Amino acid sequence: MTTAPAPSADTASPILEVNNIEVIYDHVILVLKGVSLSVPRGGITALLGANGAGKTTTLKAISNLLHAERGEVTKGNIQFDGEEVQSLSPNDLVRRGCIQVMEGRHCFSHLSVEDNLLSGAFTRRDGASAIRDDLELVYSYFPRLKVRRNSQAGYTSGGEQQMTAIGRALMSRPKMILLDEPSMGLAPQLVEEIFEIVKKLNEEQEVSFLLAEQNTNVALRYAKYGYILESGRIVLDGEAASLRENEDVKEFYLGVAGDGRRSFKDVKHYKRRKRWLA
Amino acid sequence: MELLNSILVKPFADMIAAPDFLLQVLWEGTVSGVLYALIALGFVLIFKSSRIFNFAQGIMVVFAALTLVGLHQNGVPALLAVPLTLVVMYVLAYGIERVVLRPLVNQPDIILFMATIGITLFLIGFGELIFGGENKRMITEELMIPTGSFEFEPFGGFVLMEQKDIVAVGGAILLVVALLIFLNKSKMGRAIRALGDDHQAALSVGISLSTIWVLVWFIAGVIALVTGIAWGARAGVSFALEVIAYKALPVLMLGGLESVSGAIIGGLAIGILEKLFEIYWGQPLLGGNTETWFAYVLALTVLLFRPQGLFGEKIIERV
Repeated sequence: MTTAPAPSADTASPILEVNNIEVIYDHVILVLKGVSLSVPRGGITALLGANGAGKTTTLKAISNLLHAERGEVTKGNIQFDGEEVQSLSPNDLVRRGCIQVMEGRHCFSHLSVEDNLLSGAFTRRDGASAIRDDLELVYSYFPRLKVRRNSQAGYTSGGEQQMTAIGRALMSRPKMILLDEPSMGLAPQLVEEIFEIVKKLNEEQEVSFLLAEQNTNVALRYAKYGYILESGRIVLDGEAASLRENEDVKEFYLGVAGDGRRSFKDVKHYKRRKRWLA
Repeated sequence: MELLNSILVKPFADMIAAPDFLLQVLWEGTVSGVLYALIALGFVLIFKSSRIFNFAQGIMVVFAALTLVGLHQNGVPALLAVPLTLVVMYVLAYGIERVVLRPLVNQPDIILFMATIGITLFLIGFGELIFGGENKRMITEELMIPTGSFEFEPFGGFVLMEQKDIVAVGGAILLVVALLIFLNKSKMGRAIRALGDDHQAALSVGISLSTIWVLVWFIAGVIALVTGIAWGARAGVSFALEVIAYKALPVLMLGGLESVSGAIIGGLAIGILEKLFEIYWGQPLLGGNTETWFAYVLALTVLLFRPQGLFGEKIIERV
């Protein structure tokens, strides 16, 4: 009876909507306790928070990689491009244009950089020449990869591996990339370079991004909207610019204290904010 | 002194004294080595792409050979029986993926290993039920495999090569070359290698586990059929054939569980070395029959010094 919204016809509707999801690992460990967020079409949205807050779990719930780790979404729902995600395999999702770049790069270390990139085109059915063209496109964004195309990915630098991982995701012609901790273990200059490319891809290739980051400072400069996750709950969200000005964000995530050091006892804990998006 | 002489000097003196006989021994060793290598290759492919140690590889050899012979006995022309057997192996691969692997995905390795023991028992029972348990003759002539032999007279001596052995070696080499091209050049081959490298990442780029697993088990089935024909032509088709799978274990220890080239080189090395040892050391000194254990001793010795095997995949670690 319910009419499914026509996918991608309506540019105003968000490309990704997460409604109040709960995730349990191994049937006992409750990791997400009701997370809701949405990513507008063509947007860059940041998901911020400390280690263990649940950023990666949120991304894996969306890309449906949770099953491989015995995790399960037990409540709530996720919609990508107007379609329920829960019934789709990771393979189906990549085919529909939602791909995750995992934390820690996860390149195929014994494959050459070029083979890594080509493996990202696994789900495509539009022929070798289109894939070749896209390979050149990826090289135009990451000229450094072209130089190293024949080296084993495991022997390239951390920055090059991150580029390989993003390039590999691009080869699937995604509408949306879930990018997990791209800054991890990279020199500040390189982090800046990677984020510049993310911005370019967003503008030129119209790829939407959901960005999980610990590096709040950089993430809020490139994202348009941000969510802050704390032990499995969204505690704060807003336009990136306003989050940057928020006193608590400044203190806990950006490391600029307002007036001297405060004792941890005085820290205001955010109460759970109920969200009624579902 | 006497003993040292017979261990360190006499065997080599014998080799030099009768080079034609040495050549014959080397050839025999190569033939069995090639077959060990093939079986090990089946193991390696499945292990690389799914981390499953496939205990059923040996029985798959028997099952493939039995199916081929059984189909022929039931009136199917030999040359049609081969593609039909391939279809059966495909159905088997598909069934294993559906019924065994898919429900057990993400379970600990040991559970999947136990599952392959289950597959082994199932195939033994199923094979006996349908084709009977008695010894069968491989349909060598019907498959147009020549059965004559070539004789050479190098060094004024005499070497005999059976034509079916030459076909077996040639077929194995062709199969391996085709496989290597497939793995390195095709999209599916790339996906198999990717899956072997990083399971999670392969999932994340949309590589479909079930497609790859069916494919890999089918390739293992094709390898099993080729091995079954070659080995069956020498020793007949029976469930005793399964023991050559146990010969693949030391090959794997020697070559490493993840290395295609390791399986090939390890197989050849074990095939040749065990024959040499049997003829020049085993029979004169130990009363023969050393082939049953020599491979294991060799593999264990290698393990002492290189736990990842001679060609085990190097773990790339960046510091």
